[in-house]
Amino acid sequence: MYTFSNRLKIGAIVLMVLGALMVGYGFIDSHKSLDDVKVMLAEEASAHGGHGEVAHAELAHDNGHAKAAEHGTTHGEADAHHGDEHAEHVMHQIHNRPYSALYVAAFFFFMIALGVLAFYAIQYAAQAGWSPVLFRVMEAITYYVLPGGLIVLAIAFFADSHLFIWLKEGMTVEGHENYDALVAGKSGWLNKTGFFIRGLIFLGGWSLYRYFSRKFSKAQDQADDNRNFKKNFRISAAFLVFYIYTESMMSWDWIMSVDPHWFSTLFGWYVFASMFVSGITTIALITIYLKSKGYLEFVNDSHIHDLAKFMFGISIFWTYLWFSQFMLIWYANIPEEVTYFVTRIEDYKLPFFGMLAMNFIFPLLVLMNSDYKRIPWFVVMGGIVILVGHYIDVFNMIMPATVGDRWYIGIPEIGSVLLFLGLFIFLVFWALSKEPLLAKRNPFIKESEHFHY
Amino acid sequence: MESSKVIQAIYNDDDVLLSAVKKVKSEKHHIEEIYTPFPVHGLDKAMGLAPTRIAIASFMYGCVGLTVAILMMNFIMIEDWPQDIGGKPSFSYIENMPAFVPIMFELTVFFAAHLMVITFYLRSRMWPFKKAENPDPRTTDDHFLMEIPVHGNENDLTALLKETGAVEINLVDKDH
Repeated sequence: MYTFSNRLKIGAIVLMVLGALMVGYGFIDSHKSLDDVKVMLAEEASAHGGHGEVAHAELAHDNGHAKAAEHGTTHGEADAHHGDEHAEHVMHQIHNRPYSALYVAAFFFFMIALGVLAFYAIQYAAQAGWSPVLFRVMEAITYYVLPGGLIVLAIAFFADSHLFIWLKEGMTVEGHENYDALVAGKSGWLNKTGFFIRGLIFLGGWSLYRYFSRKFSKAQDQADDNRNFKKNFRISAAFLVFYIYTESMMSWDWIMSVDPHWFSTLFGWYVFASMFVSGITTIALITIYLKSKGYLEFVNDSHIHDLAKFMFGISIFWTYLWFSQFMLIWYANIPEEVTYFVTRIEDYKLPFFGMLAMNFIFPLLVLMNSDYKRIPWFVVMGGIVILVGHYIDVFNMIMPATVGDRWYIGIPEIGSVLLFLGLFIFLVFWALSKEPLLAKRNPFIKESEHFHY
Repeated sequence: MESSKVIQAIYNDDDVLLSAVKKVKSEKHHIEEIYTPFPVHGLDKAMGLAPTRIAIASFMYGCVGLTVAILMMNFIMIEDWPQDIGGKPSFSYIENMPAFVPIMFELTVFFAAHLMVITFYLRSRMWPFKKAENPDPRTTDDHFLMEIPVHGNENDLTALLKETGAVEINLVDKDH
C-alpha cells in the first residue's frame, strides 16, 4: 500500500493555493477599460517608432497635394474609427487571456488522464503481458478524468464567448451586426445546448468505463477465477470504439471550435496523439517517482524501457500527424484554411517552432538510444520536455483564436498550470493510496513481473 | 597444436538449447558457433557475444540518406531547373522545405534500411553465390546445432552435452 506522504500533500495544496492566487490576479489585472487599452496602444505605437503615422503621411502624399487637406480629414475620421475598433478588439483579447490560460491548463491535465485511460484500455483489449504491474498507477491517473473533464466544461460554461466566438450574441441571427454566415451554417452542431449535452455524454461514457474497469480490476484481486478480467477485456474493447469517436468529436467541440471558420479532418487524431504521448509520459514519470520512494519493487527497468519506447514512438507519431496537417494546408494554400498557420507563424513563431523542437527533435535524439531508455533521469528529463512541449501544443491550439498577438506566458498561464498541477497531483496520489500497488490476481501478472527485454 | 576437430551437438528445442548454452558456458567451454532455424531470443546474451553496433551504423546511414535527399532536392528543384509547383516559385530551399520533407524522410529510411541489411549480410560473411557454411541442413528446418572446438577433451564434452539434452552428438574434423 502506498501512503500519500504529508510532504507531497502539502506541496500539492501549496501549488493549488499559489496557482489560484495567480489566476485571481490574472483576472483582476485583465479588467481593462477601453480607455486603458487606448493609452496602452498609443504607448506601444510610440515605442515602435509610430509606423501608423508614417504610412498615413505617405498615403496622403499619394493622393496629390491639391486634395490633400480634404482627404486628410476624411482619412483621419476613418482612421479614428478604425482605431476605436482595433482598441476594442484588443480589449476583448486582453479580457479573454485569463480564461484562455485557465482553459489551456485545465484541458492539458484532463487530456493526460484521458490519454492514460485509452492506454489502459488498450492494455486490456490487447491482453498485454508486460504492463499489468503498472495498472494501479494508470488507474490512479484516470481518476482525474471525471473531475478534470467537469472543470473543463465548467470553464467553457463560464468563459462563454471569451473562448468560443460562436457563442457571441447574434452570430446566427440574420441582419444582426455580429451575423456570421459560416457560423450560422454550423449552428446545427455548434450551439450552447448541444455543446454541453455532448460534453456530458462524452464524459459520462468515459467515466462509466473508468468506474467499471476499476471495479473489475479490484474484484479480480480477490477472485479465484478470471471472470472479472474477461469482463474488463470486453468493456475495454467496447470503450475503445466509443472513445475513438467521442475523442474526435470532443476535439472539434472543445478545441477546434475556437476557430469556427477553420477545420481540419485529422484534428481528432492530432489531439489524440498529443494526449496519448502526454499520458504515457506521465505514467513513466509517476512510476519512476514511486520507484525512487521504494514502492513498485516489482517494476524493473524493462518496464521503464517499454514506456520510454512508447514516448519515443508516439512523439514521432504526433510529428507525423502534425506535419500531415501542416503540409497539406501549406501546399494547397487555400485562404480559409491557411490563415490558421499564418497566424501561428506570424504571431506565435517561438511557441510554434519551439514546440516542434521539444516534441520531435528532442525526444528523437534523447530517447533514440536503447540504453538511454532505461536510465531513469534520462527518461525524466525527456518526459518533462515532452510534457512542456505538449502544454505549448494546446496553448498554440487555443490562444491564437482567443487572444491573438496579445499572448505571453505570464502570471495567468503559469498560475493556471500550478493550480491544475496541484489538483492533479492531489487527486492522483490520493487515488493511488486507496488500493495495493500490485494488481496481484491479474492473469498476466507473473508474465509482467518477469518481463525482461 | 591447433586442433580442427569440433563437436556438433544437435538440439530440437530452443529452450533446451538456451539452457544448454548457459551450462556449457558455465563449464568454461568456448562455443564456436550456433546454427538455428530462427532467431532465438536471448541467445547472444547467453553466448556472451558483444552487443551489436548495427544501430549506430544504421543511424549514420540515415544521416547519409538525409544529406543525399537535401542535396539532391536542392540541385534538382532549386539550382539546376527551378520549378514552380503549387505556385511556390520562391527559389529558396528553406521556404519550399515542407514539400521536400516526405522525400527527406523516405530517403533517410531507404538508406538506413537497405545499407543496414547489406552491412548485416557482409558482417555475417554472406554474399551471393557463396557456399553455405551450414554444417547440417536440418538447422534450416527444426533443429539447432551447437559447435564446440575440441582440445583432446571430447569425452568430457560428450558427457556434458548429453546431460544438457542434445539429441545427437557428432565429432567432425573440419579439415576434410
